[in-house]
Amino acid sequence: MIPLSWFLLLSAALFCIGLYGVLARRNAIAILMGVELMLNAVNINLIAFWRYFTPDRSVGLVWATFVLTVAAAEAAVGLALVISVYRSRDSVIAEELDTLKN
Amino acid sequence: MDILDLLKSLLSLSLGDFIRRTFGTGPGTELLIDIGGVVMLSTFCLLIVIFLIWLTRKLIARMQDRIGPNRVGGRFGLLQTVADVMKLLTKEVIHPSGADWVAFNAAPILIVIAALLVWAVMPFAPGVIGVDLNIGIFYVMAISSASVIVILLAGWGSNNKYALLGAFRAVAQMVSYEVPMILALLVPIILAGTMSTKGIIDAQTIPFIFLAPISALIFYISTLAETGRTPFDLLEAESEIVAGYHIEYGGMKFGMFFLAEFINTLFWAGLFVTIYLGGYRFFGLENWVSADGYPYGRLIGLIVFFAKVFFMYFVFDWVRSTLPRVRVDQILNLNWKFLVPVSLVLLFAVAIVDKLIPTGTNAIVRMVIHLVLNVVIAAATLEILRRRGRQNRLATPGGGSGGAVAVPHDGHDGGHGHGAPQPIEDVPDVLDAPLGAREPVVVPVH
Amino acid sequence: MSQQIIFFLLAAITLTSAIVVVTMRNLFHAALALMVSFLGVAGIYILLEAPFLGMAQLLVYIGAISMLIIFAIMMTRRLMQTNETPFNSQVIGSLIGSLLVLAILVLVIGRLYPLAPADAVLQTAPQVDPAVLQSSVARMGRSFVSAEAYVLPFELASVLLLAALVGSIIIAWPRRGEEDNQ
Repeated sequence: MIPLSWFLLLSAALFCIGLYGVLARRNAIAILMGVELMLNAVNINLIAFWRYFTPDRSVGLVWATFVLTVAAAEAAVGLALVISVYRSRDSVIAEELDTLKN
Repeated sequence: MDILDLLKSLLSLSLGDFIRRTFGTGPGTELLIDIGGVVMLSTFCLLIVIFLIWLTRKLIARMQDRIGPNRVGGRFGLLQTVADVMKLLTKEVIHPSGADWVAFNAAPILIVIAALLVWAVMPFAPGVIGVDLNIGIFYVMAISSASVIVILLAGWGSNNKYALLGAFRAVAQMVSYEVPMILALLVPIILAGTMSTKGIIDAQTIPFIFLAPISALIFYISTLAETGRTPFDLLEAESEIVAGYHIEYGGMKFGMFFLAEFINTLFWAGLFVTIYLGGYRFFGLENWVSADGYPYGRLIGLIVFFAKVFFMYFVFDWVRSTLPRVRVDQILNLNWKFLVPVSLVLLFAVAIVDKLIPTGTNAIVRMVIHLVLNVVIAAATLEILRRRGRQNRLATPGGGSGGAVAVPHDGHDGGHGHGAPQPIEDVPDVLDAPLGAREPVVVPVH
Repeated sequence: MSQQIIFFLLAAITLTSAIVVVTMRNLFHAALALMVSFLGVAGIYILLEAPFLGMAQLLVYIGAISMLIIFAIMMTRRLMQTNETPFNSQVIGSLIGSLLVLAILVLVIGRLYPLAPADAVLQTAPQVDPAVLQSSVARMGRSFVSAEAYVLPFELASVLLLAALVGSIIIAWPRRGEEDNQ
């Protein structure tokens, strides 16, 4: 008895919370956490549309699985970058990584 | 309400049917049955630990030529564990200074929850299963993978270097051993064509241990590592890092880690029985329904299941009291250089061979084909190991005579090379050493 | 009705812990809240009758990604002990910006999929034969390796994972010079 729009609204809210985290946090790891929240929001959308419109086909599930895969790859590479930057610059604050700026 | 009906239902493990007959069917009754089932299952898991701890202590004592608990509760010390639990319950609750309050207190609760959650898909007897998920095995892997993080919480939350070291070791070991475990489990999943635990039992007209012995062995070794039992118990190695991730826990909080360890061991023994030993199957007797409609066969199934489970539990304890602890590098080398390649090859071979066997083939013919395949892979693996061992002995001066097996460093720590290859023990190569000539495993003391 | 209660519970858990993730100063606690949020999303998947994805969420997000994040936090933990604000200078702007995005999304969703829709499909999830949902995992697996469906994206995903694996090891590997300096 749940209208489709409820899932979409939940997903929208989660996406915006993640977006706020990405834009407002200083720590690069926290920014990555925001990105993960946004990817989760996308996945809720995909599964909700799958369940309401094409439950007899696998397209929604397949796409959600690919998003999951990409999220795993993104987290691995992103955190490796953070560790590498921390080693060379002794900081993971995104604003302080401005060598290219000046 | 009929007492005789109730007794017969109890005896045939069909209490749910009795409740439906008595109170009528409806959503309320189903909810009652579900909640009752959950309460019964988790109570059973928590209570059987009291018996398991006593059993383990007795077994290990016998194997080490001791008597074991023999004072509290009669000659056999049956109430020893009850007394221990009382002691744990009356202990003071201690918080280490600088501990992370949330993580420190959440970890013992979460680890017991994770240990109980997996029991939902354990089939005890025909129809006696928490919930028959069609992704049962995947569910188990997901929960056990997520429960690794609880150990990290405990290690980090304790604000103790030994605890953190233990947690790092635990994570490295458990995350690594999940890989061969899942790969090995894919073999019975391919053979059964389903991930549901009940479906896998139904598919075993011949127990899968005869169709996939190598997969069973890999799964068993990974299980030992996943539960952190000897010889893979270096996440709580007493002589190196005192007690690992639960060093700062006392009283019942420690008791909960202990509890979860035993529940997990029994669960993995049960899963091994379910997947490889045919679970509750006993020549069709487990499906026997009496003339007045009570499925008494379930009781036979339950007894058979627990007989097999306790046999596997005995094997766990046997291994525990026999083998010494291995080193961190050995444990990871065994995983990444031996178990993962073997299980990958096995998975490819089984997938191809099982596809080639036509669907209508006799079960015994299918078994023989798979058994031959397994023997071929095992022989090839042993031959490769033997060649490598021989090369390594020849490459090291004086290697072969003393029986000490030496292998050159192969790159993973090549930065500190000393020119000549350094002798270290490598687990697979021990197979090639003459019996009795093995060097004792030396645990480095820091 | 019971489904609606479960939905609201899960949504509350997910959104509350998501807000904790983006506002908490202690990064370790933020990562714990992130795990709770992932758990809530996994519950939403199971509510949508996609238990396979729910379990995959558990396996990948909580078992792997949260673990990586917690490890990264531990390795950079010296930075956690500062009392500085966790936000950068554009905190007000990003709050307004994300609220604007939320407003636009709510507007669009409300226009396309109204909360009290007349269309029966949008009112509640369509009744499907349980067998169809039960076999959705099998269908998904087959479409991953079928030439008519998604075999190419599937192989690309595996290449992507391999590239990520190799790449992250190379990036995070300490260079010889740096090792000497420390």
